[in-house]
Amino acid sequence: MTVDPRRPSRRGSRRRAGSSRAAAWGTAPFALYVALFLALPTAIAIGTGFVDGEGAPTLDNVAALADPYVLSGFSTSLWLSALTAVVGAVIGALVAYALIGTDPNGALRASIDSASGVLAQFGGVMLAFAFVATIGIQGLVTVLLRDLVGVDIFADGVWLYEAPGLVLPYVYFQVPLMIITFLPALEALKPQWAEATATLGGTARDFWWRVGIPVLAPSFLGSLLLLFANAFSSFATAAALTSQGQSIVPLQIRAALTSETVLGRENLAGALALGMIVVMAAVMGLYALLQRRASRWQR
Amino acid sequence: MTASGVPAPRPATRWTILGAVGIVFAIPIVAMVEFTLRRGLEGGYDLSRWVTVLTGDLGPAYRPLGTAIGNSVALALATVAVVLVLLVPTMILVQLKLPALRRPLEFVCLLPISIPAIVLVVGLAPVYGVIARIAGSGVWTLAFAYGIVVLPFAYRAVQSNLDALDLATLTEAARSLGASWPVVIVRVLLPNLRRGLLAAAFISVAVVLGEFTIASLLNRQNLQTALVVVQKDDPFIAVIVALLALLFAFVLLLVIGRIGRGRTRRTP
Repeated sequence: MTVDPRRPSRRGSRRRAGSSRAAAWGTAPFALYVALFLALPTAIAIGTGFVDGEGAPTLDNVAALADPYVLSGFSTSLWLSALTAVVGAVIGALVAYALIGTDPNGALRASIDSASGVLAQFGGVMLAFAFVATIGIQGLVTVLLRDLVGVDIFADGVWLYEAPGLVLPYVYFQVPLMIITFLPALEALKPQWAEATATLGGTARDFWWRVGIPVLAPSFLGSLLLLFANAFSSFATAAALTSQGQSIVPLQIRAALTSETVLGRENLAGALALGMIVVMAAVMGLYALLQRRASRWQR
Repeated sequence: MTASGVPAPRPATRWTILGAVGIVFAIPIVAMVEFTLRRGLEGGYDLSRWVTVLTGDLGPAYRPLGTAIGNSVALALATVAVVLVLLVPTMILVQLKLPALRRPLEFVCLLPISIPAIVLVVGLAPVYGVIARIAGSGVWTLAFAYGIVVLPFAYRAVQSNLDALDLATLTEAARSLGASWPVVIVRVLLPNLRRGLLAAAFISVAVVLGEFTIASLLNRQNLQTALVVVQKDDPFIAVIVALLALLFAFVLLLVIGRIGRGRTRRTP
C-alpha cells in the first residue's frame, strides 16, 4: 500500500469510510443536473395537469382525459403504435434472421447497422420529407402508379397528412429499431444449443421451433414493446407532416402548448402528458419484466 | 457451419429477404433524390439545385438555415461537453468507489427512454422560462435538455467500455506505482476509455443534429426546425439539406461502428 504524503495515515476502515463519503459528494453535480433537467420537468409536466390557470388545485384537466377529443387522440396513438410496432417487429426480425451467419465485422453488417441507427434515431423531420417525395400528391410512387398502372392512391382523398399517412413513415423507422434491438438477442443464441439439437437428430427447423423461437420469444416481445413505446412517443415526423392536425396525442400536446386553451382548459398539456406517462410506464414496466426473463438465456 | 453455430438461412433466403427489404427501404431515399433533380414545369432533370446548395450560393433568404446549422453544431458540442463533464466523471466514480450506486445510476440514465420528449417539453417550458431570466435565451442553454435526451445513448456507450475494463486493478496499479489521481485520470483512465468516450460523443452529436421536438416547442432554431420552415418556401432545398444531414449521420454512425468493432477485436 502506498502512503499518501499529503494525508496522515489513519486506520484503514475510517479512511475508506471518509473517502467513500467524499466520493458520494462527487456525484452531487450529476445528481443536481438530473434533478433540475429530468426530475423537475417531469414533475412539472405531470403536476400542471392537476392545477388550473391560477395555480389552484383541480381535477378538471384530468377529467378532460375522458373527453371524446382526447380519447380519440389516445386511441389513434395506440392503434398507430401497435400496428407499426407489430409490422416493424416482424419485418425487423426477418432481417435480423437473414443476417445470421454474415460476418459481424463485415461491410454488410457495418452499413446495415449505421443505416438502421440513422433511420431509427435521426429520422424525424427527414422521414416526413421522404414520404412527401414518395407518396405525396406529386410523389415518385404516386406519379408512377398513376401514369403506368392507372391507380390513384388518393382516389378517396389525400390521406398522407392524416393518421393513416403516418403508418408508412412510422414503419420506416420501426424496422431499423427492431434490427438494432433484436439482433443482439439473436446473436446471443448459444452454438451449443444448435449442436445439441443436431446431435439428437434435429434439423434446423427443429432447432428454430423447439429451441430458437421459445428462447427468443421474451426478447421479441420486449423489442415489440420498445417499438410500441418509440412510436407512441414519436413527435417530429407527425409534426413535420401535419402542421395543423391533432390526430395523435403528441400533436394534441403541441396544440395545447401553443394555443393556450384547448377544450377551454389551460393546462390540458399537463393532463395529456400525464396520460402519456401512464401508458409509457405500463409499457416500460412490462418491458423490464420481459428483459429479466430474456436475460436468463443470455448468461 | 457458420461462425455463430446457429443454423444460418440459406443464401437464397437471406438475399431474398435483404433484397426485398432493401429495395422497399431505398424507395423513399430514391424518391427524395429524384425530387431534388426535377426541373420545374417543363420536366426533365438537372443538378442545378445541388450545385446551388453545395457552392453555398443560396442568397440571403436562406441565411436562417445557415444560422440554424450553426446553432445545431454549437448545441452538439455543448451537449458533448455536458456528457463529458457531468456524466462521465460520475460513471467513473461510481464504478470505482460506489458500487452500490451502479443500479440506481443505470436506472436514472435509461429513464429518458420512458419519458417522451414531448412530455419533457411540457415541464421544460417553465424551467426554461426561469433560465431565460437568469442566463438569457441563448440557444446554447438547450444543451442541458439535450444532455438528458442523449443520456441513455451516452451511458450505454461508456458503460460497455467500463464493463470491458478492470478499472479497479488499473487504478490500483497506477496508484501503487506512485501516480497521483490527476495522472491516473489523464494517463490511465482516459486512454482506456477513449473508445467509449468517442462513441458517446458521436452518438450524442447524431442525436442532437436530429432533434426537433424540444427546439420546436421551446421556439429555438436548430437544423430540424429550420428545415421545416424552409420546406414551406422551397421544398427542394430543404430536401437536399435533409439528404446531406442523413448522409452525415450515416457516416458518423459508421465511424462509431468501427470504434466499437476495434474494441471487440482486441478482447477476444
